[in-house]
Amino acid sequence: MARVLLQVPATARKGEVIEIRVLIQHPMETGFRVGTVGEVLPRDIIRRFACTWDGEPVFSATLHPAIAANPYLAFTARAEATGTLAFTWSGDNGFAQTETRRVTVTG
Amino acid sequence: MPSRRAVLAALPAIAVIRPAGATPETMQAAIREFLGRDRPIQKGRVTMDIPPLVENGNTVPLSVVVESPMTPADHVRRIAVFTSRNPLPSVIVAELGPRAGAARFATRIRLATTQHIMALAEMNDGSVWSDTAEIVVTLAACVES
Repeated sequence: MARVLLQVPATARKGEVIEIRVLIQHPMETGFRVGTVGEVLPRDIIRRFACTWDGEPVFSATLHPAIAANPYLAFTARAEATGTLAFTWSGDNGFAQTETRRVTVTG
Repeated sequence: MPSRRAVLAALPAIAVIRPAGATPETMQAAIREFLGRDRPIQKGRVTMDIPPLVENGNTVPLSVVVESPMTPADHVRRIAVFTSRNPLPSVIVAELGPRAGAARFATRIRLATTQHIMALAEMNDGSVWSDTAEIVVTLAACVES
């Protein structure tokens, strides 16, 4: 399991636009670098990121090798009702990881 | 055994084996592929925030903001970022909707060399808006291991 840093507010007012910041530990090997004996290091990157709020898509992205190592993404979500935010990363070599956070919506 | 002259003559051919970098033409091809067909690209509504001069191309902070109310009737569908001289032109394609509440995101990207980059935003009505930026890179990404 890769280490993940998530910054998600625990509570929000209804209709508020909340800021979400996610970072996952991953080398994002581009497939263009050359190793110590001249061999090309095979590509190993995260291809997809998706964030859903109780299953409803909020933000998703297709990542390419030009995304820096330990991919960081900051984006927003509109708080409608108390629910669970799910964050999913998937990529080369069968990489798949999901994290969840509960957000309580008041008002 | 090949003569030294023959080996030296073959060197440029060996250098070509390395992957060719993106050119403004491949960037245009990637943009066409992203849009699906040739569509007019208008300037404005998109604001890209990236430092004009970076020392290290391995991690360059980038944020993209699009002016949009993000309502079900009027929202941004996709935002894409392209580079002109990276090994591959595409950087990221983000999909958003009314649930995002605001049309903005931030990430960190790699830049192989001094170049210009372009952000495109596709609205739900099909219009496409853009912003471009020039970045000077003093130490490129991916050169050293």
